[in-house]
Amino acid sequence: PPAHSHSDWIGPPDKHSNLRPVIFYVPPEESALERRLREARQEAQASNQRFWARHNRAFRQEKEEFIYSRLKAKGLEMRDESGQKATLNAEEMADFYKDFLSKNLKKHLQYNRDWYKRNFRITFLMGQVALVRACDW
Amino acid sequence: AGLFVWRLRNTGVPQIPCQFVHHYRVANNRLITFQYFNFLKRMYVTQCNKDLSQRAKPKSDSVVSPFQELQQLDQEKKAVHKISPVSPVHQSGSETSNRNKLREMRSAAETEDSVIPVGAESKEDRQWKEMKLQLEDLPGILARLSKIKLTALVVSTTSTGFAMAPVPFELSCFLLASLGTGLASCAANSINQYFEVPFDSNMNRTKNRPLVRGQISPLLAICFAASCGIPGIALLTLGVNPLTGALGAFNIFLYTCCYTPLKRMSIANTWVGAVVGAIPPMMGWTAATGSLDAGALLLGGILYSWQFPHFNALSWGLREDYSRGGYCMMSVTHPGLCRRVALRHCLALIGLSTVAPVLNITTWTFPIISLPINLYISYLGFRFYRDADRSSSRKLFFCSLWHLPMLLLVMFTCKKSVLEKEDKGDLPGGSHETAMEIRLP
Repeated sequence: PPAHSHSDWIGPPDKHSNLRPVIFYVPPEESALERRLREARQEAQASNQRFWARHNRAFRQEKEEFIYSRLKAKGLEMRDESGQKATLNAEEMADFYKDFLSKNLKKHLQYNRDWYKRNFRITFLMGQVALVRACDW
Repeated sequence: AGLFVWRLRNTGVPQIPCQFVHHYRVANNRLITFQYFNFLKRMYVTQCNKDLSQRAKPKSDSVVSPFQELQQLDQEKKAVHKISPVSPVHQSGSETSNRNKLREMRSAAETEDSVIPVGAESKEDRQWKEMKLQLEDLPGILARLSKIKLTALVVSTTSTGFAMAPVPFELSCFLLASLGTGLASCAANSINQYFEVPFDSNMNRTKNRPLVRGQISPLLAICFAASCGIPGIALLTLGVNPLTGALGAFNIFLYTCCYTPLKRMSIANTWVGAVVGAIPPMMGWTAATGSLDAGALLLGGILYSWQFPHFNALSWGLREDYSRGGYCMMSVTHPGLCRRVALRHCLALIGLSTVAPVLNITTWTFPIISLPINLYISYLGFRFYRDADRSSSRKLFFCSLWHLPMLLLVMFTCKKSVLEKEDKGDLPGGSHETAMEIRLP
């Protein structure tokens, strides 16, 4: 973001996590409250990034493994004669999707709780900051 | 409108992966801390001697060529891109109006200094948007936040419920009920999006929502939801009747606090969601009559049953996204059940259509005329059940889109009119000319 900018900047979706990174602007006279808000947002961003990058990577990996093992069971190679990558149809993939979802359910429940808590906290801090700013007018 | 307003032609530039690298400070008048992203294949170049300046173009500009010329230049040269000192006004927060955005990296702070195909970097740079809300974008953003099209459909089912109620038509009541329901729906949808940001980011269908893109802050989203929901429910409670208000409030609660979290916990969410869809027509009915009688329940039942073929067929094609995103949907976890339920409810629609005249809501013409379309959707439901493939799911889904409006239209035209019995105020099946809204899901 440009040096003179006074706002946060948001970028394109990250390749691994699909989340959009935010660069936070630190005003010169940042109050303690504003700092807490910014740190909460940074922390949430980092945590989300970690979770989804890891999760999506695991998904891709396990999907590859699944396809490979299924193809092998069928006696096929990953690539056919023309060099095209062999795929399974949707019905065969359905087993994988079901499996993946149930394996990760607990992880998701934990993440959901964390996310909701963080989201509420950030919004609450935003509200406080906004209130303080309004009072300063 | 995609984020990539400018595409490099014949770029051969693959998607650029980003990774966090480190924090560093730019010794400036202000302390700017930011994380910046190292592209796996490309690195920033900082050469202060050569630079290209581009101005961010305001939204009205549709001129393409100057930029494209520069693009060609970009691809050959290493350059530092500098944003010319324009006031923030020019840098619109809206992504459709941000045409070019370039960044300056101070060489002093730079630690990487290798070459990058500069065209790629500028494309990446352009995708960074300032998180500053521009007032002119606000209506569009709020429309997307509140899922305005879905809200319009919900309001039309409410109007249908109102129209089918056997009481004399009151325009003011009708309008208040519609408005109140619309506001409540906006509120519920906004809260839903507020809760789902990281999940929406990861699914193709939803990744362009306002909160995902940072076009609006979560605080503002919540304030908007409150400023729609509270007046909406108040309007329903005070301007229509308390029962309708209570149903509206309950529906908001059901959608935001039950359905939304439940989506990630159990497949029961689909049934809860079906109830959420069934309540608006019931609200229309109670707005007109003041009570939840059999007619309301029937209309609610029709909407409830309709949700299943509609949603189950839709979700059949989204299994990968649901699985990765952590959504518990029947199509992923219990595919057999998914199809069975869809078929079951198609058949239920036939049954419900037959019950309508029994309850004096419509004449007996209704089940007869509606039988062909109900049979057709049931047939598609059966095909979906048996074949369980993408084509049958799509057919069923698209059928559901026109089936419901048709059904409601036929229902309205077969509405039982009881002009004669004037001695009693509201008999079931009293006549009135009411407008029938066609619901297009």
